[in-house]
Amino acid sequence: MPTHAYVPHAPGYVDNDGPKIVTARFPHEDSFTIGRAEATGAYLGLKAALDRRPSEVHDEVRNATLLGRGGAGFPAGVKWGFMPPGKYPYYLVVNGDESEPGTYKDRLLMERDPHQLIEGCLIACYALGLQQCFLYVRGEMALAQEHIAMALNDAYAKGYVGKNILGTDFSVDIVLTWGAGAYIVGEETALIESLEGNRGMPRLKPPYFPAAIGLYGQPTIVNNVETLSNLPWLMRNGADQYKTYGSDDSPGTRMFAVSGHVRRPGVYEVEQGVTTFRELLYGDNFCQGIRDGHELKMFVPGGGSAPWFFEEQLDLPLEARPVGAAGSMLGSGAIVVMDETTDAVKAALRLVRFYARESCGKCTPCREGTTWEERILQRILDGEGRPSDIDLLLDIADNISPGPYPVAADPDRSLEAIPFPPKQTTICPLGPSSVAPITSTIRRFRHEYEAKITKRDSIPVASAPVVAETVAEEVIA
Amino acid sequence: MTYFDDSNLATAREIISRYPRPKSALIPLLHLAQEQDGWVTDDAMRQIAELTGTTPAEVKGTGSFYEMFKFHPVGTYVVNVCTNIACQLLGAEDLLAHAEATLGVKAGGTTADGMFTLEDVECIAACTEAPCLQVNYRYRLRVSDADFDALIDDLRHGRADDVPEHGTLALVRQHIPADTGAGIVAPEDAREAPVWLARNAKADDAGGES
Ligand SMILES: Cc1cc2nc3c(=O)[nH]c(=O)nc-3n(C[C@H](O)[C@H](O)[C@H](O)COP(=O)(O)O)c2cc1C
Ligand code: SF4
Repeated sequence: MPTHAYVPHAPGYVDNDGPKIVTARFPHEDSFTIGRAEATGAYLGLKAALDRRPSEVHDEVRNATLLGRGGAGFPAGVKWGFMPPGKYPYYLVVNGDESEPGTYKDRLLMERDPHQLIEGCLIACYALGLQQCFLYVRGEMALAQEHIAMALNDAYAKGYVGKNILGTDFSVDIVLTWGAGAYIVGEETALIESLEGNRGMPRLKPPYFPAAIGLYGQPTIVNNVETLSNLPWLMRNGADQYKTYGSDDSPGTRMFAVSGHVRRPGVYEVEQGVTTFRELLYGDNFCQGIRDGHELKMFVPGGGSAPWFFEEQLDLPLEARPVGAAGSMLGSGAIVVMDETTDAVKAALRLVRFYARESCGKCTPCREGTTWEERILQRILDGEGRPSDIDLLLDIADNISPGPYPVAADPDRSLEAIPFPPKQTTICPLGPSSVAPITSTIRRFRHEYEAKITKRDSIPVASAPVVAETVAEEVIA
Repeated sequence: MTYFDDSNLATAREIISRYPRPKSALIPLLHLAQEQDGWVTDDAMRQIAELTGTTPAEVKGTGSFYEMFKFHPVGTYVVNVCTNIACQLLGAEDLLAHAEATLGVKAGGTTADGMFTLEDVECIAACTEAPCLQVNYRYRLRVSDADFDALIDDLRHGRADDVPEHGTLALVRQHIPADTGAGIVAPEDAREAPVWLARNAKADDAGGES
């Protein structure tokens, strides 16, 4: 039998038999301390980097095709190349704001191995000439903030961070900073606004990358925690070695958090492109199947913003391109599994409500649209739905994320061509994200919607005063 | 006017010194105020404005965007039950209903004795351990109704020593000693190319050193 084990001091993390690029230290209870980190090769990647030219370090990252792990999957080496030459200072902002529903791997990386992350930041700063780094941790993650603060204090004392690092001409400060509860701050331009002391609202695009205009108007790299945590291993072992894991398009590993109705939910480090959804959900080394006596109904393949998958997509590999071609995304590495007991409308409503609550309010289609979506879904669930509500939902979806959704006259065709990635009438992809749960469930489980709505049709007209009361309440609110 | 006590004032100044622009310290300073008092008072916002060269309106303008900041007194313990999708699938709504019944308040409310504020929150990144909650931002995982009652009992009797009072986040703060820091300056004072980038050119002249 496999030797995999649940690691009690890192609740959620399950050690499987696969390669460990970013979770190698997790099995150690004291993995977050400088002592354990140094005893297990911490900062050797930094030393390897410092022995080379900065441009060579950048080349190594480019050659490794290290894809961003924050959601969009953009290659880090390419993004790093967008910095306009000579416009100093340059900044690094680390995105540790992890709050996408179902997602948690950055929290474990920050709590369990802060030195790996710090080392990753240093390597990026050295390669690109970034003069200051801000490590932005989600406000609610007190333990992650604590472990990073400890790690930074130790790393400064040991000369790994600060002035003349390890006796060289390389100097950089890493500053821990933290948020205060707002999902949208994970969007990189909102993150920068927040770091400037403002309300965390995304900036208008273009420019599309903060490399052009970022923190204080200066060129800025924003990378995800997991992306940067790959760099120490990569510098120690090289791009060629890195590419022996995973597939050509998506080398290396990724962390996936699998939650919901599986036997053994957990956060797993998985080889990309090689492992399939089926292996991850049903394999002995992984989740070991749907909970006893139940069967799969649907699953969210890549965080709350991803269109949902079903039985027929189980054999897709965990790799950006095929998942994208099938109409969804790996996004933030969060898989939420739902069995046949799950009410599709209720599950969709819960995610939609999340987007309605978290919309920053800057653009109308998102601010108003998400709220309308929530109310309509709520009334369908409450047995107050109207026959026109399905088309209304699709129409609102179309206003936020234009696509050929509402073809009322031809219901068979109506949901065939949902554009992916979504088009958007909004400043950022949050609004369009709210559309995914709605179109996913209407496409597959339209009958569940209709059953709830028809139930309402059978309610006698005598219940009309209730409706009047509801309206009055809304006017007051 | 002064709001922060001496030790927190020193901490506030130290935090500000770590940013190229003082306004960037707004969120950490609001947390510091919340740590001192359990919530963010008007006096706190006035002093934060003074310290960061902003106005109290700007401080509130920023602060009010973020859910963690409370502009009115809340319970000593803020209990945040996650009801997002992964937790919902495994009974979070029942747990929240049980919490409401146990504490005698609806989500969003504070108990009459000022001990507990109950909140219905979004994903707190512990999805595999559903249903889960945070109390003053410390996790409790796979929480049953009985676990919840035991937690409340422990908190009432001071038996949950890993849970500080509301407002305290990390128990360790970052310090950058003056002699080991690289030096944090405003962007307009950092226009020079970083010295180590000269290695790119030098190595090229030498035909590559590695
Ligand atoms: C609404 C929204 C929320 C996001 N939240 C996060 C987040 O919590 N963490 C993260 O790393 N990226 C998040 N992103 C993606 C970032 O904008 C950005 O692409 C990413 O941090 C870049 O890092 P990477 O290239 O290393 O992946 C979010 C994007 C959007 C639109
Ligand atoms: S899409 Fe929504 S969250 Fe994004 S900028 Fe517009 S209003 Fe804000």
